[in-house]
Amino acid sequence: MSNTGLHHGFMTNFKIALFKNAAFITVILVFIAFYVFYNLNHPRGFSTAVYIQNSNEVFALAMVAMAQTIPVLMGGLDLSVGAIMTLVNCLASHLLSGSAWQVAFGMVISLLAGAACGFINGCVVVYGRIQPIIATLATGAIFMGIALILRPTPGGNVDGDLAWVLTNDLFEIAATYGFAEGGEASWFVPIAWIPVPLILLVLAAALVWLPFARSVTGRSVYAVGSAEGAAYMSGLSINRAKIAAFTLGGFFAGLGGLYLTLQTSSGNADIPQAGAYTLNSIAAVVIGGTSLLGGVGSAIGSIFGALVLRTISFNFRIFEIDPLLQPLFEGVVLLAAVSLGAIAVIRVKNTLELFR
Amino acid sequence: MRTKNSSRFKLSEDDKPIVFAAGFVVLILAVGTAYTLQTQGTATLLSPTYLLQQLQVGAFLGVVAAGMMLVILLGHIDLSVPWTIAAAAMMATTIGGPMAIPVGLAIGLLVGLVNGFGVAFLRIPSMIFTLGINAVLRGLMVAHTGGFAPQTAATPLMQYLAVNKIAGIPVALIVWAVVSVAVVVLLTRTFFGRYIYAVGNRESAAYLSGVPSRKVIVIAFGLCGMLSGLAGTLLAGYSTKAYQGMGDTYLLPAIAAVVIGGTHILGGRGRYIGTLLGVILIVLLNSVLSIMQMPESGRQIIYGSVIILMLLVYGRGHKVTQ
Repeated sequence: MSNTGLHHGFMTNFKIALFKNAAFITVILVFIAFYVFYNLNHPRGFSTAVYIQNSNEVFALAMVAMAQTIPVLMGGLDLSVGAIMTLVNCLASHLLSGSAWQVAFGMVISLLAGAACGFINGCVVVYGRIQPIIATLATGAIFMGIALILRPTPGGNVDGDLAWVLTNDLFEIAATYGFAEGGEASWFVPIAWIPVPLILLVLAAALVWLPFARSVTGRSVYAVGSAEGAAYMSGLSINRAKIAAFTLGGFFAGLGGLYLTLQTSSGNADIPQAGAYTLNSIAAVVIGGTSLLGGVGSAIGSIFGALVLRTISFNFRIFEIDPLLQPLFEGVVLLAAVSLGAIAVIRVKNTLELFR
Repeated sequence: MRTKNSSRFKLSEDDKPIVFAAGFVVLILAVGTAYTLQTQGTATLLSPTYLLQQLQVGAFLGVVAAGMMLVILLGHIDLSVPWTIAAAAMMATTIGGPMAIPVGLAIGLLVGLVNGFGVAFLRIPSMIFTLGINAVLRGLMVAHTGGFAPQTAATPLMQYLAVNKIAGIPVALIVWAVVSVAVVVLLTRTFFGRYIYAVGNRESAAYLSGVPSRKVIVIAFGLCGMLSGLAGTLLAGYSTKAYQGMGDTYLLPAIAAVVIGGTHILGGRGRYIGTLLGVILIVLLNSVLSIMQMPESGRQIIYGSVIILMLLVYGRGHKVTQ
């Protein structure tokens, strides 16, 4: 700041941009480092098979992490994302079979069900005026109960072709449904290796999250998270923003549940699993650089947060770390990741700045 | 407490949850009794032996909820409770002998102090820091026990505290009562208690008024951890041994009990009697649903609905316009 001159103006702007996105850039770099390291040590590293397996393992968590991000940006928390995912998983396990139209209809219904769960959360929070964390704790129990009614025991009937192509690379889509000369066309070969879940992930971010974040409602979500009173005084529609945030969160969680159905070809109302997804989603959101206080962060950061979390477990598999030590490593890594935020505390000169 | 109420029947905002929670407890007893009269012709729920037995089981939740309340009053939360319970229980049974209970309590206290340090001094949101501590504890215990339930048994004293009775009253219930009295005294009769409410209302204001806010947070988390440790040792005594995941079913009910009892989830407001009623409500609700042989799905739905219903009646926040 003490420097003068045109050149330094640019540098200052660059530094500000870097500083503002520091957490986001860090998580991407950490992911790349971990993932390259993993592939270098994997006997079949940098191969399509590895990419497919990994992207399958990460998709549901990435969706649930995106789902969690939006309420967190608003300054709330959604403890029902795992339950919504499970509910949609159980619902979809009944619907994804039969003719192509029936399957398509089943997918739409499943996603709508996820969004509806989120909408209910939003209504309880907005019109019931109950704190999000406790409201979603309660609705999560209800969603879990409905999931148990739908699937008292694990099972399901899922269209085999669809489950196969959506959890593989692009080549299998072409080969299974017979286009691009069964996947052998010369224009198709360069992209045939790309895993479908990876494409779905990019689509979810590009077609759903980015337009939302740039819309008035999306900006309102950030504004509510920064300062609800100020957002209200500025004439933003607070209620609409909150309901939209939870509804979109429910939609993403539903997407995760739908994918889980295709991946496992079944529905399973597993309460511990739902809880684990919810807790991991919070971890992914924080690692992805979104502030739990609201107003700062993005769902794309959370995707990378989920990627980092999963890549850590991938590395465990490679190095055959004693399975008994794995939970300890996971815990230490999570704690270390969140403790990075403590560096900012050391720089604080006025103690009052701590109490925000 | 009721100083400025003009009308006799107007409840203050702090009393409302307590009255409604108590009313709901009576309602649960009435519905449950009607059901047993209908199906078995007996009023099982109203027999003192049955009630004492239920409350004995509820004592473990009660001790956890008492600790959780201290932390929630600060506007924080402790998600490390499940494995604090398990770690305390496992270490207590491993050490054994006369030191078993002190070790269990010390483990809980230590975990709580670490939680408090992370939240108060590193300024990491309690939600995520305690989550990380929970994961680390789970890892440590899995490594320690080899992933199995430890073979060591609870000491006779632990079993005595959890199972035995003095003059027909379960000892666990007496432990819960002692903890309750201690927490009430702490919250209403000491500087520390006032500081907890002050920090929960607005930490910066408390700090500027000379409250050592960070120390208050560390101590409150320490107490919460210690009470979880106590619950863990009792629980190990009750089931004669420690096992993986023994604390998992206590986290959410403890939070629910505190919130149903009228403690504000963002901190600064709430009375212990409410938490006590919240615990009793949850315990009785569980036993009535057991008597009705309600499947897990129905339990989850009823459980969630009750929380929302109770909060709709008295736990609603203010409009942003206010």
